[in-house]
Amino acid sequence: MALDKATVARIAHLARIRVPEEELEPLTRELARILDWVEQLAEVDTAAVEPLRKVMDIPAHWREDVVTDGGRPEAILMNAPRRHDNFFVVPKVVE
Amino acid sequence: MSWVIEGETGKWELVCGLEVHAQVISNSKLFSGASTRFGAPPNSQVSPIDAGMPGMLPVLNRFCVEQAVRTGLGLRAQINLFSVFERKNYFYPDLPNGYQISQYQHPIVGRGSLTIELADGTTKEIGITRLHLEMDAGKSLHDQLPDATLIDLNRSGVALMEIVSEPDIRSPEEAVAYMRKLRSILRYLGTCDGDMEKGNLRCDANVSVRRLGSRDFGTRCEVKNLNSMRFIARAIEYEARRQVDILESGGVVEQETRLFDSVRGVTRSMRTKEEAHDYRYFPDPDLLPLELEPAFVERIRASLPELPDEKKARFMAEYGLSAYDASVLVAERATADWFEEAARGRDAKQVANWVITELFGALNRTGRDIDACPIRPAQLGRLLDLLNDGTLSGRLAKDVFQIMFESGEDPETIVEKRGLRQVTDTASLEPVVERVIAENPAQVEKYRKNPKVIGWFVGQVMRATGGRANPQLVQELLERRLR
Repeated sequence: MALDKATVARIAHLARIRVPEEELEPLTRELARILDWVEQLAEVDTAAVEPLRKVMDIPAHWREDVVTDGGRPEAILMNAPRRHDNFFVVPKVVE
Repeated sequence: MSWVIEGETGKWELVCGLEVHAQVISNSKLFSGASTRFGAPPNSQVSPIDAGMPGMLPVLNRFCVEQAVRTGLGLRAQINLFSVFERKNYFYPDLPNGYQISQYQHPIVGRGSLTIELADGTTKEIGITRLHLEMDAGKSLHDQLPDATLIDLNRSGVALMEIVSEPDIRSPEEAVAYMRKLRSILRYLGTCDGDMEKGNLRCDANVSVRRLGSRDFGTRCEVKNLNSMRFIARAIEYEARRQVDILESGGVVEQETRLFDSVRGVTRSMRTKEEAHDYRYFPDPDLLPLELEPAFVERIRASLPELPDEKKARFMAEYGLSAYDASVLVAERATADWFEEAARGRDAKQVANWVITELFGALNRTGRDIDACPIRPAQLGRLLDLLNDGTLSGRLAKDVFQIMFESGEDPETIVEKRGLRQVTDTASLEPVVERVIAENPAQVEKYRKNPKVIGWFVGQVMRATGGRANPQLVQELLERRLR
């Protein structure tokens, strides 16, 4: 599948992965090969096949509308790199 | 009534659609058992699911699904028995998973419509494109620390309904009428409280313009952050004008997301949001497709309350109210119920007048809504009974009403305690009439030339009786005596 460097750079940016310029070229080739491999699936004619929405035919599992969780900010904040009172602290983001 | 933007080179038309986010009324979140209560201490209503902890699995809240279906039915919309939750991928610190669970290709509700009423008395249908369920993100606080942003995840995972309209809106007035009607329907249904101040009902507007008469669509901009009815109108008007100015000076409108600055009354570009539009949706593998039984939908349909349009039609037919009065009374379910209780067995038009002028006036002055009204419906009804049987004059009834509103007391009690009963017997009024005439010979002379001066005499007698005299009777006595 045709894949260009700009597309790979864009995908990397959307995924917040920093890719050095010199690695973009080889990465593009690798990704293209992976996509080619996956594209073999297109050889099978699936025109008459319903999409597989779920693996097991079980009814949806629903929850009733009751409060069963919460009230434990200490546990929620335990792994926070930085906190202030009971808030998470992140680098400044302003629109 | 068409709204046009007058340009240098001709007339332009607005084309606008609204995307509304309505917070679902539920006890717990869309995919977790944490509470949705507003105003709790930070991060006290967060489950590991809402915090995006690895390995946690979302489980769909059945009641939130019911609420979405209920709303869809209230919007006369197609209910899709098959819908799919998908992941909308983007990075933002208030979104711990790095994706929002939403619906994309298969929303739970399809096409519907809503009828708006405009100031000139006309109505218009606005199409609903779709309604889907999704989870809310957490809340960022930018102004607490100088160098950092604080995150509270209490709101993370709360169920939202995104309701998208067709681009059928042609004026700022129509946009506001649409929002008001939508809010009214949501509140009737009990699916969203419609509180814009708390952000429980939020609106983005897709705005474009085209030359009047054209059938093409111009390039649109999405205007965000419209958190009051007033701002919706102002932002749309500003944005439409901005686009006309660009096009008329030979420029091109760029498709972009813009933010309404309510302080300066302008919209400005949000460059940072541009690249975020590639959301790479895909079906959430943690959640099965949502398949509803027809009986599930029918049960909800059977439980729908009477909605504003139906109630308005009934008020007009059953009580003989004007379209305007009926609209005003049905906008809020609580008001409509209040009116009906007061009107039971009485002259409904009279009750409607008192509710719309006196009651709404008093509530507005004191900044209260109908739930906090000190007067009970039956008390207003009994006040009007006292007016209609002649115990009170119109003026006294209004005074008693004010006292009722301040004290919450029964009208009969106020009339007795304060002696506000209307004086209707000739014997006690005649001496007052005699005295006023005797004391004002100059005015009597004036009356001879100009009979309208009788009004002055009526005023004097009313004042002398503390407003308690029956004005018609006073006038009759004066006329007889001055003839």
